[in-house]
Amino acid sequence: MAEKRYRVLPGFGLTMGFTLFYLSVLVLVPIGGLFLRTFSLSWADFWRLATTDRALAAYQLTFGASLAAAVINAVFGTLLAWVLVRYDFPGRRFIDALVDFPFALPTAVAGLTLANLFSANGWLGQFLVPLGIKGAFTPLGVVIALTFVGMPFVVRTLQPVLEHLDRDVEEAAATLGAGRLRTFVSVIAPTLLPPVMTGFALAFARAIGEYGSVVFISGNLPMKTEIAPYLIVIRLEEYDYTGAMALAVVLLVISFALLGVINVLEQWANRFSR
Amino acid sequence: MSIELKNITKQFGGVSAVNDVSFTVADGQLVALLGPSGCGKTTVLRMISGLEMPTAGEILVRGKRVNDVPVQKRNIGFVFQGYALFKSMSVADNIAFGLLIKKWAKADRDARVAELIELLGLKDLAKRFPHQLSGGQRQRVALARALAPKPDVLLLDEPFAAVDAKIRQELREMLVNLHHELNVTTIFVTHDQEEAMEVSNRIVVFDKGRLAQIGTPREVYEEPASEFVARFIGVMNVLDCEVREGVARCGELEFPTHGVADGQRLRIGFRPYAVQVSNDLMAYRHFAVLRHTYFLGVLLRLELEFPSGLIIRARMSKEEYARLNLTEGRKISLQIRQYRVLAREGELLPPEVSVTHHLGPSPGDGI
Amino acid sequence: MAGIPKPKLNAGQRKSQRGTEEAPFVKWLLITVALLFSLVFLLLPLVNVFAQAFAKGFTVYWDALKHPDTIAAMKLTLLVTVICMPLNVLFGLAAAWAITKFEFRGKSLLVTLIDLPFSVSPVVAGLMFVVLFGLQGYFGEWLADREIRIIFAVPGIVLATLFVTFPFVARELIPIMQAAGSDQEQSALTLGANGWQTFWYVTLPSVKMGLLYGTILCIARCVGEFGAVSVVSGHITGKTDTVPLHVEKLYNEYQGAAAFAVASILALGALLTLGLKTWLEWREAKLETLAQQAEQAITQ
Repeated sequence: MAEKRYRVLPGFGLTMGFTLFYLSVLVLVPIGGLFLRTFSLSWADFWRLATTDRALAAYQLTFGASLAAAVINAVFGTLLAWVLVRYDFPGRRFIDALVDFPFALPTAVAGLTLANLFSANGWLGQFLVPLGIKGAFTPLGVVIALTFVGMPFVVRTLQPVLEHLDRDVEEAAATLGAGRLRTFVSVIAPTLLPPVMTGFALAFARAIGEYGSVVFISGNLPMKTEIAPYLIVIRLEEYDYTGAMALAVVLLVISFALLGVINVLEQWANRFSR
Repeated sequence: MSIELKNITKQFGGVSAVNDVSFTVADGQLVALLGPSGCGKTTVLRMISGLEMPTAGEILVRGKRVNDVPVQKRNIGFVFQGYALFKSMSVADNIAFGLLIKKWAKADRDARVAELIELLGLKDLAKRFPHQLSGGQRQRVALARALAPKPDVLLLDEPFAAVDAKIRQELREMLVNLHHELNVTTIFVTHDQEEAMEVSNRIVVFDKGRLAQIGTPREVYEEPASEFVARFIGVMNVLDCEVREGVARCGELEFPTHGVADGQRLRIGFRPYAVQVSNDLMAYRHFAVLRHTYFLGVLLRLELEFPSGLIIRARMSKEEYARLNLTEGRKISLQIRQYRVLAREGELLPPEVSVTHHLGPSPGDGI
Repeated sequence: MAGIPKPKLNAGQRKSQRGTEEAPFVKWLLITVALLFSLVFLLLPLVNVFAQAFAKGFTVYWDALKHPDTIAAMKLTLLVTVICMPLNVLFGLAAAWAITKFEFRGKSLLVTLIDLPFSVSPVVAGLMFVVLFGLQGYFGEWLADREIRIIFAVPGIVLATLFVTFPFVARELIPIMQAAGSDQEQSALTLGANGWQTFWYVTLPSVKMGLLYGTILCIARCVGEFGAVSVVSGHITGKTDTVPLHVEKLYNEYQGAAAFAVASILALGALLTLGLKTWLEWREAKLETLAQQAEQAITQ
């Protein structure tokens, strides 16, 4: 620091020191270690390990299912947030409280109960399976699990925005002769887009890395229903450390990229709400 | 408790917020630090309190350097602009906090809190929490809290900015009364010249981080040291004049000057109250037309236009206006009883050069 | 606004806005779709846990819970939580103090770093510690020589859990303390308080609800973490199985009812978390309305 600043409140050195120490031990050193180890591979080796057929299939499923789940959440999350904020109906407060359930429920339990629900003799599966909709042990199951764990993101980023939405603007649109749909499309929707996008990105990022809930419902069949994090676990169990690290680095880089996107989206959303 | 600032400078990231400021506050004074926002007055107050450190210069309390004394040890009472009451404590606990820290005995603490609650009229509010109080009440609690540990100096940052006009008036009077009663050296920051004039017995005017003037309210008003002070405090007519044959001229107006070379340009200012108006066209040398009258209450402001198009502002009482039987559009005669040379060729004059010139009868009463 | 205070439009206001409401048909269609979605993705998974847990009767349920392996898993989970929670609370307070009370370069980078665990896959998190402390890892040999076990042992589980859970308290506190500014603390200083007194009497009481909420979230995640712990635990029954890992093991051993029985305890914990969260929000909202009413009463 160029100029020594006078800090009237005490404790900067102590708290900053502890914070940096904690972050170093838990985040910087482990991530650095992982990258360093991976860099000891040649590029060709890394590329080979990171792009085996099985890995490519796993990425494809992970991204495809995450994208599908995030889209479902963007649509239904928006709808749910709208209904929770704008309408009064029996059970509204209960549902509102329950939206955080996927955050609170351990992912293993989520996977367990979803796998059971959509299995051939589960509560939902017994109706869906005869129709040809198989939730358990299929890519659809992965989408279902990821939709569950990502659901709160869109609802919770959108809700405060909807609550603070200026009703005057809608009324102004109404006095100018705009119908309800027109008002929604041209007046409300543009304001909702940034938070929905933020929620979408958050849900997508979460889905990419999700493990617990998916492994129960997907069946983890190589090339079919195996997600990338599961493949890392398999590599580890085979004592193929380098294989696991190559995959992990790919996922980490994607996580960082998504984190950057989310930061930009949040700034965008903040600018809108001001 | 006397306080002295010697050549105080404060920089934030290379930008000067306060520049070479020196002044002294005598024991028991009630001083206003006045200036537009961003002029450095709050920074000065925070440096006196110890919440900021000066980049250069010395702060002396009772002649002793306190630069290195931490805020906790300076025994000051500070009232923050947003009050900064402890949200999680009741009114009584807020007031008692400083006493608790200074390890007063419980009985003494309770007695002192009761005393301040009485003094500031907070009787029924002792058990309330800050969020249950109105702005004015919060301000009084903040004052009580600052005063409780018997500080040597009371510092207030824009104390009345956040309350509405009526409460503000009450609080100003309360501060003056408190000061009379406790006689504690008090320094407060304000951007409101009216407030500074009304409350303080000395005003320190700041302009862009520099000291512009120090003086009693009357001095600052009647003998502004610069055009900035003159314009910032009250209304002033400021004219650009050129000296010819020892007289500064602007349109029809002429101001005798001493020892100023011909061809010099001067900026001359005079207060609206210094304009003496008569309906008798023979009474004074200058003629003008009453263009517009603004009713401000007891006082009226007149806009006068000279034949050359020059417009000046004058002020008179309602009674005077009625007595002179004035109406808009009427021709009048006038003279300017008191004026000041504010600047020479755009430069600021040092205070000792800018002497007030009196013409004819002595200045009228007040504004 | 830290997630806690969520002022709602009250019902009266809702109804008075007739001019800008959707047609009843649209409104009820939207509500129905939202309810169906909530039913499938929220309510049914929840109810199903308990239904399946008791599907084979109460005895099976009880036997599963009091099985020594389950008890051991619960003890381990408790131990891990008891270690991680205070550390994360300490970190949260320290980080929030440093970030909100001071200006320094790289602040936003630091905040991003704190958010990082939210976007890193738990499996990758676990792997990072394996790379550091596993047998083939950087410190593997050194640790093996001294017979210190981190991976496939409790320390590894604690580290992995810490990585996943450390942001929760900090994330709750930072926005609250940011919004509060540091005027109250400066005020305490002018009244003679030192740093600890300021923190203890002024800062801590004003953030206690956020702290409580962050701690609850942190505990919930400590108890429920699966992916990261799964990678480092080694799955030694009765030794390094946490409750969620034990659930998985039971499920893989085709003991469905037992798996659900143990899972029901975790689900109960989740419900408790939700209940506490709702209560905290409700309390905050109520305080806010009271404050508003008081303010109105004063100004009138």
